[in-house]
Amino acid sequence: MKTIDNFSRRTFLRQSFGAGAFVLGARFLPTAAMATLESAVFSPNVFVGIKSDGTVLIVASRSEMGTSSRTVVPLILADELEADWKRVKIEQAIGDAKYGSQDTDGSHSVRDFFPVMQECGASARTMLEQAAAKQWNVPASECKASFHQVIHTPSGKKLGYGELAAAAAKLPVPDKKQLVFKKKSEYRYIGKDFPIYDLADITHGKAIFGMDAKVDGMVYASVEHSPVLGGKIKSVDNKDALQVRGVSQTVVIPDFTPPHAFQALGGVAVIADNTWAAFQGRKKLKVSWDPGANASYTSSEYKKELQATARKPGKVVRNFGDVDKGFAGAAKTLEADYYVPLLAHAQMEPVAAVADFRDGKCTLWAPVQNPQAVQDTVAAATGIDKKDVICNVTLLGGGFGRKSKPDFCAEAAILSKQLGKPVKVVWSREDDTRFDYYHSVDAMYLKAGLDKGGKPVAWLQRSVFPSIDSTFAPNVKYAGTGELGMGLIDTPYDIANLRAENGEAVNHVRIGWMRSVANIYHAFAICSFADECAHAAGRDPKDYLLDLIGPPRIVDLKAQGTEYANMGPIETYPIDAGRLRKVIELAAEKAEWGKRKLPKGHALGIAAHRSFLSYIATVVEVAVGPDGKISIPRVDTAVDAGMIVNPDRVKSQFEGAAVFGASLALMGEITATNGKIDQGNFHNYPVARINEAPLVTHVHIVDSDAPPAGVGEPGVPPFAPALCNAIFAATGKRIRELPIGKQKLV
Amino acid sequence: MITLKINGAAHQFDGDPDMPLLWYLRDVAGLTGSKFGCGMGLCGACTVHQDGVAIRSCVTPVRSAAGKEITTIEGLGDHPLHQAWAAENVAQCGYCQVGQIMQAASLLKTKPKPTDKDIDDAMAGNICRCGTYQRIRAAIKSAAKEHA
Repeated sequence: MKTIDNFSRRTFLRQSFGAGAFVLGARFLPTAAMATLESAVFSPNVFVGIKSDGTVLIVASRSEMGTSSRTVVPLILADELEADWKRVKIEQAIGDAKYGSQDTDGSHSVRDFFPVMQECGASARTMLEQAAAKQWNVPASECKASFHQVIHTPSGKKLGYGELAAAAAKLPVPDKKQLVFKKKSEYRYIGKDFPIYDLADITHGKAIFGMDAKVDGMVYASVEHSPVLGGKIKSVDNKDALQVRGVSQTVVIPDFTPPHAFQALGGVAVIADNTWAAFQGRKKLKVSWDPGANASYTSSEYKKELQATARKPGKVVRNFGDVDKGFAGAAKTLEADYYVPLLAHAQMEPVAAVADFRDGKCTLWAPVQNPQAVQDTVAAATGIDKKDVICNVTLLGGGFGRKSKPDFCAEAAILSKQLGKPVKVVWSREDDTRFDYYHSVDAMYLKAGLDKGGKPVAWLQRSVFPSIDSTFAPNVKYAGTGELGMGLIDTPYDIANLRAENGEAVNHVRIGWMRSVANIYHAFAICSFADECAHAAGRDPKDYLLDLIGPPRIVDLKAQGTEYANMGPIETYPIDAGRLRKVIELAAEKAEWGKRKLPKGHALGIAAHRSFLSYIATVVEVAVGPDGKISIPRVDTAVDAGMIVNPDRVKSQFEGAAVFGASLALMGEITATNGKIDQGNFHNYPVARINEAPLVTHVHIVDSDAPPAGVGEPGVPPFAPALCNAIFAATGKRIRELPIGKQKLV
Repeated sequence: MITLKINGAAHQFDGDPDMPLLWYLRDVAGLTGSKFGCGMGLCGACTVHQDGVAIRSCVTPVRSAAGKEITTIEGLGDHPLHQAWAAENVAQCGYCQVGQIMQAASLLKTKPKPTDKDIDDAMAGNICRCGTYQRIRAAIKSAAKEHA
């Protein structure tokens, strides 16, 4: 067989910067990473280098899964450096704490790394100016860096960055206080549309994803897992599997020790000389399982339990005023139950990883959102030190949170250690669907007391769902603070009496974060219920929503006695009702709310939600045919995500969020019978196709100088309620349970 | 022994004739541009051309591809769709895009001026989980315009 080696080990393991390059370390990193860095005094945090030929190397420390962080974060540095983007080469970082957090999750990349990239760029630029000044023997104040060269302003003399690199490398890194940052008006790239760095490689099939990684001497593995979480192997019959052409052996991967966290699930791996042979061997493998306690889990029964819990008093997680008194004095009360099922990530690239364990070290090539978690996980799985785990990050064929859990990397590492050769683990679509870290199922109960004018005087929202914390700790029954802060306790409604509660739930499958996480079910229920109240009050839903949010103000949860995990410092990123109002007004204006003449069966719905520190309002136009068939001709989304680096890529994220939202609203549902997941591939876990997705999504960005906030996730939460509110407006049918497709509209 | 003609070159294969073409391309021939997404012909990430027509290589056994002209993204050359895809900045994660482009290239061959309905019909078998559909639609239309 022809040897293909698209990953030369030498290329990947070498230092990003060759000898003689001017390398600059950042000293400033997000606070979360500070402890690690302080202990590693001589570990420079390398983000930028300049070669003598003038090539500027910028390290992308964040993973690329479609949000453009591999382009946009380096772009910030290039702008501040006054570098010519055409002469910038991006190097993908391996997993290493010296880069700070590499956990590409929580819509963090731009907002956390904007100041880091600016400082790195400004430091390098300043040193290049100083190097030129020294060479010309002129004051540095007369030297100005501009588009890849330093110019002596009085004389017009010029030196290129490449010519200055060696001299700049000899200078001390300036103190941060001495740095002069570019003004917004001087930005060359920030605020302008920019194509992604890998675009041509992607469209020509040259881009390397995890699924494409290949190293010399590699074998392929497909792993049979217990169909029920926590099941144990009773017996294995591999006789027929070994008869499959190309299959060499089978290997048992040990069971995980609860809590499962990112550990390999355990099971039986079929080893072969190509992926398909490994898959075929899997089909012939006979494994008998002791399914264990989770075999009692059937999602239809579990749903009833959650819904019953949601109807009972829960743990109070926010309490303002006196809700019960408010209900007693209300002119009218409304109550409703909402439900969102388990959801799978269904990223296009099923998880896959290559591991090469040799000489007490393990090198991996994998599509991962968090290569440092790979280091920890593989170190624990193979009994080596974290520093001996080298995780190369490929492009990710979608992530949405799935690929921040590196269980599949642990599998590859365990197998490579045992077999003494590089192993590529490939999950089939069925594996990926059945052994996901699911987006949690949730049952919610809401109650509102309205005054004579229809305005709520009391509001109760109770959410019951198995927590992500159960993935990492035993006996978890209540939500973590992160999940509570995603839409349950931070509702910025101007209501005198407001209580939020969380009910008990025990998990039976792996639960994990998925694009916008708990905001999905909280926003669905709360934004839908707000619309119910508007109709009960006989008011326009948009006007009612603005009244519900109340006057522009900072909503201070702490002052209300509520402990709240904001996704950034609350002083920098307060809950600003004014900004939420503004996106509602903008979305409504652009969608011509109340003004646009709509064809029969069409209607608009609106929802607004703050998440990941961004303010989003979405207006969905739905068309419901006489047969009840739904289509979505148009979406208008208004976005206030603070300062924007790359408007086109921001728009693309919100276009994509509308499609992601449409998928989960219209058709997304994972169910289980006796502990086994019922779905396996796109025929029974469908996602929106081109003829089902919104035809067009218009994204309207608020021009803002506020600190950058999240972009990848916050478009998702308001979509489903806006769609369901539109369906109500079109048909009078209130959708309180997803997916919509399960229900009859006519 | 099976002889496959891929991107104009002959390949001899003496492995399992039931192996789907996708896995031959990816694991044996080293042509990783065509992607694995579902293995059931449901997502279109594996789309290649057989005698100029889009097929799902994940459900096409190599035996049935024998003697046919197989074109993968690596053999498509510079196509007007590449420029259109760049102009519209279609790709997000990019994993499905090769399949989308191969499918769209096949569409434009039979329908140089596709309507929205033509695009829906031809492209509905290609999933993009990132949700780039509106740009895919725009890129196909702009490539069609350039082509005319």
